[in-house]
Amino acid sequence: MAVIPKFVGERIKRREDPRLIQGQGIYVDDVRLPGMLTAVVLRSPHAHGKINSIDLGAARRAPGVVAVLSGEDLKNKIGTLPCVAPAERIPFHPVLAIGKVRYVGEPVAVAIASDAYRAQDALDLVEVDYDPLDAVVDPEKASADGAPILHDEFATNVALKMEVPSPAMDEAMRNADKVVRFRIVNQRLAPIPMEPRGVVAQWNPGQRYLTVWSSTQIPHLLRSRLAEMLKLGENRVRVIAPEVGGGFGCKLNVYGEEALTAHLSMLLGKPVKWIERRRENIAGTTHGRDQITYLEVPVRKDGIVLGIKARFICDMGAYLQLLTPAIPGFSALMMTGCYKIPAMSFEQVMVFTNKIATDAYRGAGRPEACFIAERVMDVVAGELGLDPAEVRRKNFFSKDSFPATTAAGLVYDSGDYAQALDKALAMVDYKKVRAEQEAARKQGRYIGIGLASYVEICGIGPSAMLPPKLQGWESATVRVEPDSKVTVLTGVSPHGQGQETTFAQLVADAIGIDIDDVNVVHGDTAIVQYGVGTFGSRATALGGTALMMAVGKVQEKMKKIASTMMEAPPEQLVFNQRTIALASDLSKSIPLQQVVTAAYDFKQPIPGLEPGLDATSFFEPTGCTFPFGTHVAVVEVDPETGAVKFLRYIAVDDCGKMISPLLVEGQIHGGIAQGIAQALYEEVVYDESGQLITATLMDYAVPKADMLPHYELGSTVTPSPLNPLGVKGVGEAGTIGSTPCVVNAVLDALSPFGITQLDMPLRPEKIWRAIKAAKKS
Amino acid sequence: MRVTLTVNNQRREDEIEPRMLLVHYLRDVAGLTGTHVGCETSLCGACTVLLDGNAVKSCTVLAAQADGAKVTTVEGLAQDGKLHPLQEGFWEEHGLQCGYCTPGMIMASVDLLSHNANPSEAEIRHALEGNLCRCTGYQHIIKAVQYAANKMRSGKAAA
Repeated sequence: MAVIPKFVGERIKRREDPRLIQGQGIYVDDVRLPGMLTAVVLRSPHAHGKINSIDLGAARRAPGVVAVLSGEDLKNKIGTLPCVAPAERIPFHPVLAIGKVRYVGEPVAVAIASDAYRAQDALDLVEVDYDPLDAVVDPEKASADGAPILHDEFATNVALKMEVPSPAMDEAMRNADKVVRFRIVNQRLAPIPMEPRGVVAQWNPGQRYLTVWSSTQIPHLLRSRLAEMLKLGENRVRVIAPEVGGGFGCKLNVYGEEALTAHLSMLLGKPVKWIERRRENIAGTTHGRDQITYLEVPVRKDGIVLGIKARFICDMGAYLQLLTPAIPGFSALMMTGCYKIPAMSFEQVMVFTNKIATDAYRGAGRPEACFIAERVMDVVAGELGLDPAEVRRKNFFSKDSFPATTAAGLVYDSGDYAQALDKALAMVDYKKVRAEQEAARKQGRYIGIGLASYVEICGIGPSAMLPPKLQGWESATVRVEPDSKVTVLTGVSPHGQGQETTFAQLVADAIGIDIDDVNVVHGDTAIVQYGVGTFGSRATALGGTALMMAVGKVQEKMKKIASTMMEAPPEQLVFNQRTIALASDLSKSIPLQQVVTAAYDFKQPIPGLEPGLDATSFFEPTGCTFPFGTHVAVVEVDPETGAVKFLRYIAVDDCGKMISPLLVEGQIHGGIAQGIAQALYEEVVYDESGQLITATLMDYAVPKADMLPHYELGSTVTPSPLNPLGVKGVGEAGTIGSTPCVVNAVLDALSPFGITQLDMPLRPEKIWRAIKAAKKS
Repeated sequence: MRVTLTVNNQRREDEIEPRMLLVHYLRDVAGLTGTHVGCETSLCGACTVLLDGNAVKSCTVLAAQADGAKVTTVEGLAQDGKLHPLQEGFWEEHGLQCGYCTPGMIMASVDLLSHNANPSEAEIRHALEGNLCRCTGYQHIIKAVQYAANKMRSGKAAA
């Protein structure tokens, strides 16, 4: 028999891929049920307006149409869309607008017909009489007196104000040699997963049971919230996440169309499908970032940063979705970054505007925090005439500081920031490239070198840290079947992250079987025990630990059974090559199958043990994990066009132990692409009247293959002490490090012109105009 | 109206509305859901198929325009259970994560390699600029295409 290799830590091809490369993956729009109807949603063309009347008559009579509904038809039938994060003012959030529309794209009516073509034909016959109202899209204006008020129940557009002062901060200001002040903008972004959202709902009236397929990151949490909104028992609702074509945080949410489609199936007694179009996705799926931050940074003249004081204005959008007001908190908590900066204080004003809600988007508050820390380092270096790498090094937590407590009171688990910085500088040959930069300047060429040393917070826990109805734990069931194959039921919900492979690697090594003997099941609340889902770079750190806990339970049971057969104590036994063997002599073994059969057939009862080999575990973490690294970008800016060309892009990342190094690379590459996109390309634009200008992929610049550089990756490995796998998480790290690194590089290139601040995205026209203006003055 | 298409070597005759898009014909009439819809402005490329051997975005082709033509989708690539070198390459090099852009990306790559058997990295990036990927950052996709190009060239050399 062929020797089974070890899988953990190796370059393993993904088990997900065979079906996906052959077009056999079932995404929500591939779900086909007999009698299924299609729903299409009519959306508001106005950013702010009163609905005077909606005439559905002609639409209802159109061919193939089964029903057409508006908000009035749903009044009191469906509960509010939830926001579980705390805020001072949480407005009722209807599934279809009632009386008023508050953002372009807000759902107003729905037509259900035999297919999408006929449903759309019907919507073209709906007449809505709007009285447009003044809209407000600038959050600073929206929070000022006299702004149009979005929610009449409140006298203000401020959803939440947080003030966290600090006496240490006041003292830092007094002791400073200099106070550096500047303003940054993290522009609004659209997550744009390649698969837009979609729902299929099927109500079974005989069994009073609802099944919902949704392109979601959180099947169990969605089940809980839908059951609540529809007043059904959770034991009569099943949510299935089929293949999900990307999420990046925008599918970590509860959307009106999910509850609406379910309600329609219950109403009409037929399965109903709703599939989002891209235009709807850009307007009606949550956006990310959208924060303005004013910074005051007291510094010593040797480059030591004494504190960071920040005032944030955060654009919530028109309603609060699941975690909308929770995201900015991370931006403040993590804004001192890798540094032992002793003081921080902040104020955050979170404001309603006439746009779709913001919520989690890859990094969810931490990209904004890292942008603050890494721009602070470069601005301080620039103002004091110091090298940006040296300013970072001076301010770093040293490697013997861990666990390290930050000014915000967070405890970083482990880290070695100087090591990552050193490695990145060595990979780019820092001295050499600075010399090349000097030489190039003499030739009128503008090369820039940008650094970012990032740290980020993952696997948020313990659960007490999170708002109600959101948890920090994760679950797993491990079942050794009668034929010794293993089924894993994981509460995480991968949508590209590859846990069908990573978790199979872990189980195969632990039980001494082949990776293909393990089947990892996820995304179905009727099959998988309650779990939390995939977001916040938590799946391997938390879901993997729950997995190993459950594996440990079945290992222990199998060893106890084997012990009775081998007359050796369980502690002396190991799993090896489909046997259970003496650790001291692997040739003394019994087949694994023999032990499994004994557990199921139970011909010889084993005192103290029940039959079967099935264990479930829930892992509650004691703290968060903190991946880190340093990215370096070398760019050249063409002063004639403002175009930015990448010469090199280097990323040194530390996510702790790597279970699947090939998959880690993939996560970092994808993260970097989205971070570069924020720096250079993407921006959601609403005009003054609240019209969405970047409404299609022709205007919203998701990077194409020829807009991104080749990434050179390095790594350091600093395990986390907080879980037995030593894993920190990696899904968002690339996005967090890359944005400030690229902005720092471009500004470094432009420094001969005296340009020190420029807002993202750094598009060619913006750069060209800045150079022109600088040359004039 | 009646249309006759040969899809993955199978001849089909169907009665459709003139306005039906080719991508909806493939997915809903022919039942081949491997081809995906990612936008409605022919930007994203998820719907890419081959029409008489050339890559097209099936969301901006009417099924009627494909009347009498041969269409190849991702489901038609593997022969007798053997994966196409590009499918192998995407698997080998981790050229996919969520898989949604993958069928279109593979079909666009088939088109590229049929015109250029040994593309450089820059040529691959340029050829695939009509196919968006949000997950991979493209680098492993490029390696996947290079893997397939090498395999197909050495296969030809051996033959």
